[in-house]
Amino acid sequence: MGNLLSLTTFIPLLGAIILALFLRGDDGAAQSNAKWVAMATTVATFLVSLFILFGFDASNTDFQMVEERDWLMGMNYKMGVDGISVLFVMLTTFLMPLVIASCWNVSTRVKEYMIAFLLLETLMLGVFMALDLVLFYLFFEAGLIPMFLIIGIWGGKNRIYASFKFFLYTFLGSVLMLVAMVAMFSEAGTTDIPTLMVAEFGSEDFSILGIHVVGGIQTLMWLAFFASFAVKMPMWPVHTWLPDAHVQAPTAGSVVLAAILLKMGGYGFLRFSLPMFPIGSEVMGDLVLWMSAIAIIYTSLVAMVQEDMKKLIAYSSVAHMGYVTMGIFAVNQQGIDGAIFQMISHGFISGALFLLVGVIYDRMHTREIDAYGGLVNRMPAFALIFLFFTMANVGLPGTSGFVGEFLVLMGIFQVNTWVAMFATTGVILSAAYALWLYRRVVMGDLIKESLRTITDMTTRERFIFAPLVFMTLLLGVYPALVLDIIGPSVAALVENYDMATAGMQSAGTQ
Amino acid sequence: MISADIQTMMPEIVLAIFAMGALLAAVYTTKDGMAPLLTWATSGFFVLLALWIGTGAAQTVTAFDGMFNNDGFARFTKVVILLSAAAVLLMSQDYMQRRGLLKFEYPILVALSVVGMMVMVSAGDLMALYMGLELQSLALYVVASLRRDSAKSTEAGLKYFVLGALSSGLLLYGASLVYGFSGTTLFSGIILATADGYSVGLLIGVVFLIAGLAFKVSAAPFHMWTPDVYEGSPTPVTAFFATAPKIAAMAMFARVVHDAFGGIVGEWQQIVAFISVLSMFLGAIAAIGQRDIKRLMAYSSIAHMGFALMGLAAGTAFGVQAMLIYMVIYVIMNVGTFAFILSMERDGRPVTDINSLKMYSKKQPLMALVVLVMMFSLAGVPPLLGFFGKFYVLRAAYDAGLGWLAVAGVIASVIGAFYYIRIVYFVYFGEENVGLDGKMPPVLWITAVVTATIVGLAWVPGINLFGIETMAQAAAATLVN
Repeated sequence: MGNLLSLTTFIPLLGAIILALFLRGDDGAAQSNAKWVAMATTVATFLVSLFILFGFDASNTDFQMVEERDWLMGMNYKMGVDGISVLFVMLTTFLMPLVIASCWNVSTRVKEYMIAFLLLETLMLGVFMALDLVLFYLFFEAGLIPMFLIIGIWGGKNRIYASFKFFLYTFLGSVLMLVAMVAMFSEAGTTDIPTLMVAEFGSEDFSILGIHVVGGIQTLMWLAFFASFAVKMPMWPVHTWLPDAHVQAPTAGSVVLAAILLKMGGYGFLRFSLPMFPIGSEVMGDLVLWMSAIAIIYTSLVAMVQEDMKKLIAYSSVAHMGYVTMGIFAVNQQGIDGAIFQMISHGFISGALFLLVGVIYDRMHTREIDAYGGLVNRMPAFALIFLFFTMANVGLPGTSGFVGEFLVLMGIFQVNTWVAMFATTGVILSAAYALWLYRRVVMGDLIKESLRTITDMTTRERFIFAPLVFMTLLLGVYPALVLDIIGPSVAALVENYDMATAGMQSAGTQ
Repeated sequence: MISADIQTMMPEIVLAIFAMGALLAAVYTTKDGMAPLLTWATSGFFVLLALWIGTGAAQTVTAFDGMFNNDGFARFTKVVILLSAAAVLLMSQDYMQRRGLLKFEYPILVALSVVGMMVMVSAGDLMALYMGLELQSLALYVVASLRRDSAKSTEAGLKYFVLGALSSGLLLYGASLVYGFSGTTLFSGIILATADGYSVGLLIGVVFLIAGLAFKVSAAPFHMWTPDVYEGSPTPVTAFFATAPKIAAMAMFARVVHDAFGGIVGEWQQIVAFISVLSMFLGAIAAIGQRDIKRLMAYSSIAHMGFALMGLAAGTAFGVQAMLIYMVIYVIMNVGTFAFILSMERDGRPVTDINSLKMYSKKQPLMALVVLVMMFSLAGVPPLLGFFGKFYVLRAAYDAGLGWLAVAGVIASVIGAFYYIRIVYFVYFGEENVGLDGKMPPVLWITAVVTATIVGLAWVPGINLFGIETMAQAAAATLVN
């Protein structure tokens, strides 16, 4: 199968087109048809994507299953996966059926809702598989359109503000990346990612408007890419769009946002910033490390005082993404392994946490922490699963959350002890806010009158969580499943990076 | 000799004769009763001419001692002008007819202005350029005030006329200075005259020329007429203003700066870059406060002209190619958007307030999708067509060492994105409002859906923008060498 990757990417689009063209009406039957078509499509995508995983040769650090077609301006439509991207593809296809299942109770404009998610899946998969700069940008930016609509149409009270902020914030971040891409195209004469990864962009210092730029054009390009990925990630201090977007987005939208869309930023750092601008990364690396440390501590503290559950989890996501950026810019095997592992595991955990909030939101229509308390009395199954994912979020050994954080901290300790020390306090802080949230929502006596009739999770809801629990535990006790796949590619990345920056370090010591 | 010259400009002559013949035919028969037929006939004639020109031999011929060029650049732009004029004419028929505006003069004036545009893009001499420009402008002044009983329409026509005359004056003044300092009005002569040194007087002439040209493309700071004229003119005329004359003026701009002043690129490059950056920001910021969709589109077109000028500012063949691709994409998006605007009605009366779009998607899901595609494309969000236009001009600007212009451009595009996505917000999740009538004439429906499909899918590998890239490249190569 020569075009397996394109096939996987565009199956959801096909489903969306079928829905758009052939489904009429908005009655109950049409709505349930829309849901089933979307479900079938996402499941089919997952099954097809399994062929990618099984066909993937982890020991080979090159891009695999590459497809190439002529495109515009001498660019190519090129797709491929390597050890870094293949698991993100799997994460996306694995989570999408669960996302669709979680919106089974939606009843407004169901057809459009399903189309938006299917479209989004195609675009997300495209981001992780594209091997052409402009093709990557295409998928990366196009994802804003369905997400803008998902927040705007199906969101909460303040959805208009949140959707505009989301769109314009991320758009502004990425247009600078576009200019940098144009510059790379111009300097290297190609937009082919594998070629650009070995292209050496100039790193001669120069002055621009009187400012001395260390690392030259590489630093400028690195900054432009950083503007985009840092917003997407999101890193402190450009994270402010995320809590708004999360709070206003519908449950399924939040899940996709937290579990997959945020990972595009981290993926971007690994695919572009480190291999293409090693000098720029080396120059700016310390800044990122400190920003990450601040992010971990600051957003954990902010999370602690939130009154809205979704906002709390959103801030906790920012903190966890802080570990990711820190691991990436430690640039050693443990750090990057940990960062990727953390991203994958955060995909399961944060997705599950948002789904859990969705479960009680569906019943009570509020996300105020104060509106709950003592849920364990009426909802034992919910309490159990919530406890499990709270612990996973804290990083309890045995869950996947632990492995990622531990590897990242181990990686960063070798590079910068001070940053490692500050970052480690984040582990304590995350336990504080997560457990406190759990106590306030689940434990205690059931004293709120409105909660007396709340019902426990339905079978459908339990089925959604089963795979997430399974994966979180599996990766927690047997992390080699992930590390074996990403390891060789990460090793190659680190090796190339060290080679590219070796000259610089020796020049610096002279 | 003369027969060869006439042969070269045969399409223009044929179109002029067609227009005059149609005028006589209509006057001596049923007058306005002929108008619907004439609209279709003119439109069809445009398409035939486009086919004729498009399939012509790929050669560069000059006529009348260099006054008139028939080269790849002229042919490319003529085809685009003719096709967009044909599309707009077809779209306008229903609208004009139901409002009693479909006079037989309308298609004839459009045909005459198209003749002017064809002369403009082919001109090889400042005089020929002025002749074409005035023929085009005079016809447009009249169609702007076609709705005689409306004060706004009359105002639009008058404003357009007065400011247009002013800009023509500036242009002529610049032309006379250039003539005075180079001793010739022929482009080929001017470029020779500047080859070994040039005086400050010539540069002042170039500045005035560019000011006059900027008026015609409605680039800031010479844009003031645009919003009022767009708002006051009958909507089909606005649609016409937004498409064919813009390409013609932009192509003429490119021809003057490259054919006549290609030797002093460094001198005009900074002026064009300045106009470009000003237009992009003005178009993006001033449109935010607009509530009338026609005024909004006016500012949108100012911003888009800024982007097209970014390609021109590069001063390279690739820059011209990028500009041409940008203009083609701009025209496709505008035809589609105006097809929708033309259909905006409540109780049979045209509406232009953007508030009337609220929750339009509930009633007309398909048309709402068209609006969504158009707006995101105008904003330059990938994967839609508008993004590729921007990508080409950004590349051209960066290659020419204008990295700052590229950065300014993308920032302006983010500001501009706000008002485009506000329309999407109205259409998809605004509050319910007294909406629009659902009906849409078939021509408009087909145009809107077809253009939206093109805008949405033309980037797909295999379609590759329908090969416009190579055509524009060949066209640009004949202009810049």
